[in-house]
Amino acid sequence: MHTAPPPRSDGASTPVPASSAPADGPGHPIVDIRGLSLIYPTADQPVTALSDVSLSIAKGDFVSLIGPSGCGKTTLLRVIADLERPTSGRIAVEGLSPEQARLKRLYGYVFQAPALYPWRNVERNVMLPLEIMGLPAAERRTRARAQLERVGLAGFERKFPWQLSGGMQQRVSIARALALQPDLLLLDEPFGALDEITRDHLNLHLTQLWRATGKTCVFVTHSIAEAVFLSTRIVVMSPRPGRILDVIDCDLPRERTLDIRETPEFAAIAHRVREGLKEGHSYDD
Amino acid sequence: MTGHHTADPYRTTLRTAADWGLVALVLIVLAALTLPLGAKDGVALGWFGGSLAPLFLIGVALAVIGGRTAPSRPLGAWVELAAVALAWLLPLHLLDEEIDLSAGWGLWLFLTAATLLLWRVLGTLSGVPGWTRSVLVPGLFGLGLLAGWEVLVRGFQVPAILLPAPSRIAAALAANAPVLWDDFGQTVLTAVVRGYLMGCGAGFAVALLADRVPFLARGLLPLGNLASAIPVVGIAPIMVMWFGFDWPSKAAVIVVMTFFPMLINTLAGLDSSERIQLDLMRSYGAGHARTLVKLRLPNALPFLFNGLKINSTLALIGAIVAEFFGTPVVGMGFRISTEVARMNLDIVWATIAVAALTGSGFYGGLALLERLTTAWHPSMRER
Repeated sequence: MHTAPPPRSDGASTPVPASSAPADGPGHPIVDIRGLSLIYPTADQPVTALSDVSLSIAKGDFVSLIGPSGCGKTTLLRVIADLERPTSGRIAVEGLSPEQARLKRLYGYVFQAPALYPWRNVERNVMLPLEIMGLPAAERRTRARAQLERVGLAGFERKFPWQLSGGMQQRVSIARALALQPDLLLLDEPFGALDEITRDHLNLHLTQLWRATGKTCVFVTHSIAEAVFLSTRIVVMSPRPGRILDVIDCDLPRERTLDIRETPEFAAIAHRVREGLKEGHSYDD
Repeated sequence: MTGHHTADPYRTTLRTAADWGLVALVLIVLAALTLPLGAKDGVALGWFGGSLAPLFLIGVALAVIGGRTAPSRPLGAWVELAAVALAWLLPLHLLDEEIDLSAGWGLWLFLTAATLLLWRVLGTLSGVPGWTRSVLVPGLFGLGLLAGWEVLVRGFQVPAILLPAPSRIAAALAANAPVLWDDFGQTVLTAVVRGYLMGCGAGFAVALLADRVPFLARGLLPLGNLASAIPVVGIAPIMVMWFGFDWPSKAAVIVVMTFFPMLINTLAGLDSSERIQLDLMRSYGAGHARTLVKLRLPNALPFLFNGLKINSTLALIGAIVAEFFGTPVVGMGFRISTEVARMNLDIVWATIAVAALTGSGFYGGLALLERLTTAWHPSMRER
């Protein structure tokens, strides 16, 4: 039985080299995480959600966080978004603290559920973040229309969320995240609740969107195929305590179609991810 | 027209050969014809004993036949409705002829058949979407109840002191309109409106505050349970002592009754936003006020309307009951208490009618507003 390493208390003072190779992609790191730990106090004993996590995400990367439930992948994404506060360690988002980045609206967040407001029609849902930003009405409308067109929902502006299918609702929520025009897009299992055919379709859509916009994406998933198909780098995580096991470069060509999943290169990377996940699981049994 | 009856899935069977429901109704009417219609000067009167009853019978029969041969079922239902109306007019005619209906078992059996026919008609009409189903069917149902009340009370000569007929209440309403209007002005337009606005407004405002200051919510909610258990008859005399005989004491009673339902409903509504929706607002860097206006209040609307609707009835009851404990010589509660003492039950009933109509109008208006503003809510969508 493996015992978890004690959570680091000195993570903030001693910089730990990132467990991944330094980003040699285009540009500087947009997210820089060093020695990050997060411990939830609970009634019986504290739960270590993240333990000594270090990760650097370069501009233009598509990084997938993959791992079984409870490995802290969503928590890590929420820390980047300043929806959770780490217990120790350092994190910078575009050179700022996560809170500053959040208040400057530097990222767009896509949740597991579409979280559309039922009293707003599709267009007004996409305009919501722009209203909060205080943009003038005409500009809000132009931007919302453009983003809806980008996700293939032109003509659905006046529909209400409950009149759309689950896949369409999630596309609206992606358009809403894009409306802020952020460089960084954080996606938390956005297609987890959808059927496989819709999911394939939206994955293709997302990879095209990523290539067309050049945005940096951090994508949480528990599907190996989805991670390999979408990513430039795959971060394999393991639970109890949540930590990074491996960072796998996914050097498939940037332009991808669903057929790529049949190639031996795809299979090789998927195999490596699977091996990594297996290693993480062996600690539990 | 090939006549291949064996291959026709819609072929006539014994079950579908006739409208058996109508046949049963005709049998009931035939049985009714053998029983007396009523009594005149102590002598039993038959159906063909000199009244206009045969004419009514022929009219009803023609209308039913017309309804059966109408080109469509809804159209037929309208013609059958005329038959029902004609049947229910017969006892009114007989009462005009000063015929005692209390022993007229033939008439009552006939009216039972007419009621069953109305049942069939409403069944058909409630299948017609739109105004027919949403307004006409309930309206006809209410009219049927009023007609039954009128005929039964007058036919069995129920003393008006126990239960007056609707026509008598309507007459009292018309005869005392100026007085009743003054009462309405004093009780509803002054006390209820002001007390309701103050009570609901205060409940809403304190809920917004308690939402920011958690100990307020923790401290106030048990008080809300206490307050809801206080009887109006206990609080009303105290409020009359504090605030005098005029409307402020009634408004105070209403505030006590409506404050906590509004507070509790608003707090529950503010609490109903999902974590993910709140996270979304946080990710936009939206502060407390923005989150409140853009997310939490719209989300709370169904709860707010729930509180407003509960309070609309509570406010009216509170004002009327409070007037029993001291009031200037005007007001609906004052009217009921004094006219009961003077055995003027017609005015009491007329006041009750005004209160009932006011209450349902108030409630209905709020329900309509709710439908307009929360059409997005799952409970409203399919209507």
